[in-house]
Amino acid sequence: MELKEKLIASFMAFENEVDLADPVHEIRSEALKNFEAKGFPSRKSEAWKYTSLERLQKVDFSLFPKQDNALEYKDVKKFFLHEIDTYKIVFIDGVYSSYLSETTHDGVDICLMSAALTKEMYKPIIDVYFNKVASREDSLVSLNTAFAKEGAFIYVPKNKVPRKPVEILHFSTGSETAQMLQPRNLIIAEENAELQVIERHQSLTDNEILTNSVTEIFAGRDAIVDYYKVQNDRESASLIDNTYIDQKGKSHVSVHTFSFGGKLTRNNLNFFQDGEYIDSTLKGVTLLGEKQHVDHHTLVHHQQPNCESHQDYKGIFGQRSTGVFNGKIIVDKIAQKTNAFQQNNNLLISDKASINTKPQLEIFADDVRCSHGCTIGQLDKEALFYLQARGIPKKEASALMMYAFANNVLESVRIKELKQRINKLIAKKLGVSLGFEL
Amino acid sequence: MLKIKNLHAGVDNKKILKGIDLEVNPGEIHAIMGPNGSGKSTLASLIAGKEDFEVTRGKIIFEGEDLDEVAPEERAHKGIFLSFQYPVEIPGVSVTNFIKTAINETRKAKGLPDMPANEMLKLLKEKAEMLEIDRKFLSRSLNEGFSGGEKKRNEIFQMAMLEPRLAVLDETDSGLDIDALRIVANGVNKLRNKDNAVIVITHYQRLLDYIVPDFVHVIHDGKIVKSGTKELALELEEKGYDWIKQEAVL
Repeated sequence: MELKEKLIASFMAFENEVDLADPVHEIRSEALKNFEAKGFPSRKSEAWKYTSLERLQKVDFSLFPKQDNALEYKDVKKFFLHEIDTYKIVFIDGVYSSYLSETTHDGVDICLMSAALTKEMYKPIIDVYFNKVASREDSLVSLNTAFAKEGAFIYVPKNKVPRKPVEILHFSTGSETAQMLQPRNLIIAEENAELQVIERHQSLTDNEILTNSVTEIFAGRDAIVDYYKVQNDRESASLIDNTYIDQKGKSHVSVHTFSFGGKLTRNNLNFFQDGEYIDSTLKGVTLLGEKQHVDHHTLVHHQQPNCESHQDYKGIFGQRSTGVFNGKIIVDKIAQKTNAFQQNNNLLISDKASINTKPQLEIFADDVRCSHGCTIGQLDKEALFYLQARGIPKKEASALMMYAFANNVLESVRIKELKQRINKLIAKKLGVSLGFEL
Repeated sequence: MLKIKNLHAGVDNKKILKGIDLEVNPGEIHAIMGPNGSGKSTLASLIAGKEDFEVTRGKIIFEGEDLDEVAPEERAHKGIFLSFQYPVEIPGVSVTNFIKTAINETRKAKGLPDMPANEMLKLLKEKAEMLEIDRKFLSRSLNEGFSGGEKKRNEIFQMAMLEPRLAVLDETDSGLDIDALRIVANGVNKLRNKDNAVIVITHYQRLLDYIVPDFVHVIHDGKIVKSGTKELALELEEKGYDWIKQEAVL
């Protein structure tokens, strides 16, 4: 049985575990219908031209997580930003691990989607926000919505700021079989609230893992949300990340995506500006080797006047790795004085690596500033010679230049320890030790 | 210290150097002058080990060793320094971190541990003062947004930190106003001693008022067509390069 049929067939078993009378279940059923009609996207569709899900659909994934997998903190400590104190929402094979987590209800709610979906007190919030910004058309989002049950739930009420950043970690042990996971996150920062989130998916097995994740983020008026995605997974793990962001007036939301690993990673990052004087930042560093594949599909929809968006993606591709960048910007007719900036720069450091990059601008307003640029190049030989002439060996010199190349993306990371960690990951990936922190 | 013997080199079948002979001994300053396109910068790059050029004949010998198979970084470890005509910008890497990396890579190549942080700091401070460089300058990204003069001063600052045996200054005077020129030249003069040597490559005589050469060589069409003492530079300044070109033809 192919994956699509298996998923549809499993929906009845899933229904045994949820409240069928809950209005949320109507949303699930509708979503399943959409997935059933559309199925997995194929390379015939323009948006999936360079990323194939065909092979993954033939894998015999186990769909429902086992309940009894435990991990010792010492074994997974390195995947946490343990240098600083954080709230933690941790899942093992899709199941919440209270042992590894640190949640709170002290002024803010940093807890579980399963709790939010079932407890009466959260019903007003779920009614307002759940599945309100995520696409109802996209078949993979619908697939996630159909099985939406567990994930992170963060609710920061008006004027509140959590004491520390939140880490969302999804571990997969897949100890016996290949495993498919579908976490569903809902993140709300109301008016004038602030929030920092670090999200990571980490496989601990050589068995095949497929994660189809959906995250909805709502930023109220004047809210500030910084979201960091650390993608440094094993060669056996694939991730389809669907993130939808709804911003109200004067809010600032940034999403940084660090893609250093995994077999296949697809990032669908969608910003919707629903107010004036909004600032949206989308930044990414992609650093790949072997036969890894990362596909960034971004959308910024400017729906109101006087807003800004800043996109800056840097890619470094080695060995046989492949990359895709597709950056779509829509400026509605009403969205005058929009300032949209998009940049995608790539370095190919191997003859067999490749990148497909495409800016896609649809501008219906006449008084806007939209700039975009993409480059594909190699390391500047003159610069390499300069560094070598100062005694820095070629390998280290190349690494230093790649650091410099990616640097302006790291500059805007506001958690110092995370920035250091990312630098270390880059150095490790490049196989060098430079003896200083940038 | 440096012996260049009958050096022929070029790029893509285009001959640039057509038989250069040059000997530089410890304690000496040599000036290499010549019109644009004569091969001055090619010679400088070849001494530092740039791989874009193909040496077709002849050799470069440094301290008795043929440099033919020696990588640029190894040449730097042996004490060869090239001050670039167009220093490269490295965003995100501060002047201090860059110099630290350069010094410690050289020490690593020699089997020495990293320079202790306090020692490094003291050295940075001392050399920055010598070249009248502001402390803030050191934390800026390497060459990014630097003026032409700042870039050149930064090159000499790196030279001061690395203390090379042989420094090749490629058009270090271009883009410098008279005050910056004086500071840079003073720096070079202070770094001079009986064990090191300097090759100054310049188009104009101006820099040689401050860094006084023991020998002056004129390159034209890939060859040294005239060598002499500092008076030769003055003569060139007065008469231009045309008479050299004519002499070369005769």
